[in-house]
Amino acid sequence: MLGVGVLKGLVETARNFFGSYVSEERLTTLQYPEETSPRIEASRSFPFLVYDGSDWQQGMRCVSCQICEKECPPKCIFIEKSPDKKPDAVGKMQFYPAKFDIDISVCMSCQICVEVCPFDAIKMDVDYNLSATNRFSDLLLDKERLSKSNEYYHEIHPTEAASVDADLAAAREKAAPKPAAPATAAVQTAGTGGAAS
Amino acid sequence: MTPVAVDQIFVTTKHLLMGYVPAFWQPLASAILSVVPVLVVFPALFAVTTVLERKGLGRIQNRLGPNRVGPFGFLQPAADGIKSLTKEDVVPRDADKVVHFLAPILLVLASFIVYAVLPIGRNMVIADLNSGLLFFFAVGSMVELAVFMAGWSSRSKYSLLGAMRAVAQMISYEIPLVLAAVVVIMAAGSLSLPAIAEMQSGYTWIWPHWYVLTPWGFAGFVLFMISATAESNRSPFDLPEGESEIIAGYYIEYSGFKFALFFLGEYLGMFATSGLAITLFLGGWSAPFSFLTWVPSYLWFFAKLLVLIAAFIWVRGTFPRLRMDQLMGFAWKFMLPMTLVNVVDAGLWHFMPSGVVRGVVCAAVIVIPFALFSRRAQEGKKLQIRTYRYAE
Amino acid sequence: MSLFFLITAAIAIGGTLAAMTRRNPIHCILSLALGLVGVAGVYLALGAQFVGFTQILVYVGAVAILATFALMMTQGHIVSALIEPRRAFSRSSVSGFVTAAGVFSVLGWAAQSYRPLTPSTQQAPAAGAKEVGVALMHTYVLPLEVIGVLLTAALIGAVVIALPSEEERS
Repeated sequence: MLGVGVLKGLVETARNFFGSYVSEERLTTLQYPEETSPRIEASRSFPFLVYDGSDWQQGMRCVSCQICEKECPPKCIFIEKSPDKKPDAVGKMQFYPAKFDIDISVCMSCQICVEVCPFDAIKMDVDYNLSATNRFSDLLLDKERLSKSNEYYHEIHPTEAASVDADLAAAREKAAPKPAAPATAAVQTAGTGGAAS
Repeated sequence: MTPVAVDQIFVTTKHLLMGYVPAFWQPLASAILSVVPVLVVFPALFAVTTVLERKGLGRIQNRLGPNRVGPFGFLQPAADGIKSLTKEDVVPRDADKVVHFLAPILLVLASFIVYAVLPIGRNMVIADLNSGLLFFFAVGSMVELAVFMAGWSSRSKYSLLGAMRAVAQMISYEIPLVLAAVVVIMAAGSLSLPAIAEMQSGYTWIWPHWYVLTPWGFAGFVLFMISATAESNRSPFDLPEGESEIIAGYYIEYSGFKFALFFLGEYLGMFATSGLAITLFLGGWSAPFSFLTWVPSYLWFFAKLLVLIAAFIWVRGTFPRLRMDQLMGFAWKFMLPMTLVNVVDAGLWHFMPSGVVRGVVCAAVIVIPFALFSRRAQEGKKLQIRTYRYAE
Repeated sequence: MSLFFLITAAIAIGGTLAAMTRRNPIHCILSLALGLVGVAGVYLALGAQFVGFTQILVYVGAVAILATFALMMTQGHIVSALIEPRRAFSRSSVSGFVTAAGVFSVLGWAAQSYRPLTPSTQQAPAAGAKEVGVALMHTYVLPLEVIGVLLTAALIGAVVIALPSEEERS
């Protein structure tokens, strides 16, 4: 009869209404600034630069190969190569980025930069508290604001970071007898990456 | 103080104050003393209702609702008011400026004037008109004109579509609305709302003489409330606003405080029709049981009003919006015939000797056509479970 | 003459004058609605509540709205083409003037020649809901029925016009 469905609907919403007062799992709302939901490992927001050790300038993994800059679909990465070389975390002489900017108002979180990076230097962050008062300068992240430690990377993506560390350690071990090899391999990868783009 | 004194406290206060007013100013002073409380109480109720509605809808959807401004979020309307007052008042370039300006004013004016005949307590009515009910419907019909003016003068396709929908819907549902109220006029033999409320204030043992407790009264109440929902453009009959199709319908081109006025007018209309439903079917200001008559009459009126508002919110949180053809079909193929059957039923009730037989016969006269109509409405509309080829 | 009567009469006359002189058809309808509200006010001034409120309910709430609806349904250029030629002495305006003059002269003559033989002592008949109802159901029941039949016929006619024709259906 007409009206039975209407009553069923009303009962359902009434159950929701009263249920939200008594049952915790019904009311899933988090009071955002005071409470935050646990970080999700598989989530991603915007890229950041990983450094090893404690000094971000010293330990930066990025060697300024500019593959990510070329591959970035919305072209939100800007890199300026350094004129000189300086020793990286393992003490090998490398270029470093004199300037590394990411405009996160343009970035679309596609993760392509992460996938193309041969040095595991750029990774995806999970931080979403990114609102700013200035829509130009505050959203253009420079090298200093992009740099985050490997410990932080372990904290936000434990599984991924562990495998990355294992790979890096393996690469170093292989490279240890003849120190020149990893550098040429890296240059080759960079060259093929550039040619493909 | 005795219960009667508490009940009549506002009436006696007014008489007391009127004693200090010179004879020449008496009519003006009397009008101000009667009107100002209504102008204060109902907008305040509007403010409270917006919070309660948002919180209630939130709970229905397992959310919390607004809870930031003030204790439990109850100062939210103050924040909303400041926001809408400080907003820029944008008038479209091609708009008909005069009509565009007059529309919200006429809407709020019409929504306020209807309170003149609404008895909100014993001896508490601004104007006891002999044709009060007719006055209510006459002024209520001006709202349609205001809506049309708003939609047409904005020179926007969305607002014109919204206005057309609103006018078509309001005309269609005004007929069942009035016909549902007719049964009460037949029973009470009066068009005066205080008289109708007075008629229902008696008791048999502890049970009140409310019209909603009779078969035709119950059917009339339900039909009246459905029509009132459609008349005040509330969900599930909110096609004129149709957020997802025509954005906000007839008031899309209004901003700032004019927009707030439309909101106010809509809610005032809802309160007024709820108040009318209370007066016609739920005994107005009378207590639900004879042993509760010591509670002041105005408290009963507002308690009933809050219950009806809660029902409105509940309905809004439950049902999806109707389609235009469903809306019109429902008005003309179900509501109108049912109200006509209801009128016949009220006549039958009047002429049959009172007793159990009368109740059974009158209930049958309502239920059998209802069953027939609902069977007809569901014919050929067998819903089948939708199967998906790829998405399973 | 009370102030209330003067105000309502002014509203009625002003509204209907505006309805005749405005160029925009929607403005005409809105002004007409205002004039009808003024007429309802005059009824109220005469103490006929029921008639006054019915006037608003029927003419403002239904007739004016239906007129606007009809205007929205029609195409704009047709309406403006009907309104555009505004010569002072076109055939339609002359015939309109003649009709108006005839109606008003008869009305004026009737009002002038009406002389109550004896000053009326009895109360004017009240025009409440009850009196109107009794009059409709007793004295004027046949005209009421005839009007009902007429309206039903008009309704059925409208449905027949709105129905899809045979070739459209096939």
